[in-house]
Amino acid sequence: MEGPPRRSLAASGQELVTDWGAVVIDGIVAIGDLGLFCMRTISWMLTRLPRRETLLPNFYQVGVMSLPVVALTGTFIGMVLAVQSYGQFRQLGLETRLGAVINMSLVRELGPVLAATMLAGRVGSAMAAELGTMRVTEQIDALSSMGANPIHYLVVPRFLACLFLIPTLTIMADFMGVVGGYFFTVEVLGIDKHHYWHNSEQFVGVFDLLSGIFKSFFFGAAIAMISCYRGFNCMPGAEGVGRAATAAFVYSFVLILMIDLFLGVMINAVYDTFWPEGVSLL
Amino acid sequence: MSDSSATTREQTPLVAVQDVHVTFGSQSVLRGVTLTVPRGQTLAIIGESGCGKTVLLKTIIGLVRPTTGLVRFDGYNLAELSDRELTRQRVRFGYVFQNAALFDSLTVGQNVAFPLRQQASESPSQIRELVFARLAEVGLPKSVISKKPAELSGGMRKRVGLARALIMNPELMLYDEPTTGLDPIMSDVINELMLRTRKQHDVTSIIVTHDMRTAHKVADRVVMIYPVGRLESAEPQLIFDGSPGELETCGDRRVLQFVRGEAGERLTEMQQTFSDRDL
Repeated sequence: MEGPPRRSLAASGQELVTDWGAVVIDGIVAIGDLGLFCMRTISWMLTRLPRRETLLPNFYQVGVMSLPVVALTGTFIGMVLAVQSYGQFRQLGLETRLGAVINMSLVRELGPVLAATMLAGRVGSAMAAELGTMRVTEQIDALSSMGANPIHYLVVPRFLACLFLIPTLTIMADFMGVVGGYFFTVEVLGIDKHHYWHNSEQFVGVFDLLSGIFKSFFFGAAIAMISCYRGFNCMPGAEGVGRAATAAFVYSFVLILMIDLFLGVMINAVYDTFWPEGVSLL
Repeated sequence: MSDSSATTREQTPLVAVQDVHVTFGSQSVLRGVTLTVPRGQTLAIIGESGCGKTVLLKTIIGLVRPTTGLVRFDGYNLAELSDRELTRQRVRFGYVFQNAALFDSLTVGQNVAFPLRQQASESPSQIRELVFARLAEVGLPKSVISKKPAELSGGMRKRVGLARALIMNPELMLYDEPTTGLDPIMSDVINELMLRTRKQHDVTSIIVTHDMRTAHKVADRVVMIYPVGRLESAEPQLIFDGSPGELETCGDRRVLQFVRGEAGERLTEMQQTFSDRDL
């Protein structure tokens, strides 16, 4: 009676180790594969830039078409910040400092992260779905068969569009957030305009604005690489395309937050090195 | 010296597949396939769906890398070529995909001109002339040039795919199931176009098909691939290699079943599957 359960326990333990091992190996292979994909993209980008007619539609899609949604998101998040901070700050008698908190949160964190999230949702998923469909319908193979390199023709323009246009989207999200925050705080909550701007100016500097824009380059690169990689490695059928689009957004978003944390720590260390006294709200 | 090297080149097969194995995960698709295609020949690769015909075609052009074995095109080992060299060599191929694989976002004209634009060797007016010429060659009017692939019928899409494959004057044409999904008349049109292409451009052709009319009408030579899963471990995967006329007189039951379109033991297997499910 005792023999078989022991064997079965050992067998299921072995199975568990095998399964986890397979998951770890798959993960390592995927990361390695993504690394090679990035290297090939950069190599083609440095060798020869894509033609204008392949670059411009991507720049238009990423930059121009994303502007309205990014502007709208930025405006609302500025106003939401004002709504959420007002109660707490009023209790402390610091409501005139709202401008500092809202604008600092926007330019350092929320502007870049929200612009990147919107880009991942709007453009990243579309890229993965488009490239996935091209993979499934053999259009990527057709490109290769005609002497065009799919990485050079499809990935490099999308990478460049995301890399160079996400900072402008970030600036737009920052600007609209500042406008939204100002509108709600000053026009709706009735905080004094002069104090609002004076505290903002005291607390938020060019360094903060630039640190947000600096981060956005990494977010743009991550979105383009993850989305194109998922599209290129799409599984067959409509389900495969759907999964690629979803995975592109989910992985991009997770990576955006990871990069944000890592760069946030790094940027704070740089800030503390150059301005050890800092600026206080009080 | 130059004469002898030209003769040697003529004698070298354009395509040589040597003991190629292709495995996807744990699934073996090609097992020890060896095949040579001399210059000027039209070879039909036949076999049932899922036997690895398309994978073999993609291995020949380097779109699928063999797990083991060699593929030589005009003496070049494709596995040894860099990304850029492989891209250069591929201009010498013309590939007609099963569903044409036209770029949805481009017009018919842009699709056909695509290979020329990539090479940037012709002026826009020359490209336009060549596109019109190739479209006329496959029997399509000029008016089709501004249409999107989604606006075309299946037969027209295949013909646009053929025009696009021909635009670079390739040395090797690869056709992946060119008549699948077409009505008998359009199938015959495609067969005629393949014959005409061979005559006009003096190309070597490899046609993957399970349409026996295509094999009989267009090919000089036929090879048949059998699915690895149905073979014994020592059996070769190429179960027939001969002229189209020899297909009917072949002694291999599997070849005759395919040529005559007989389900044979597949029916027994299906019944067995149903019985197993009921149990």
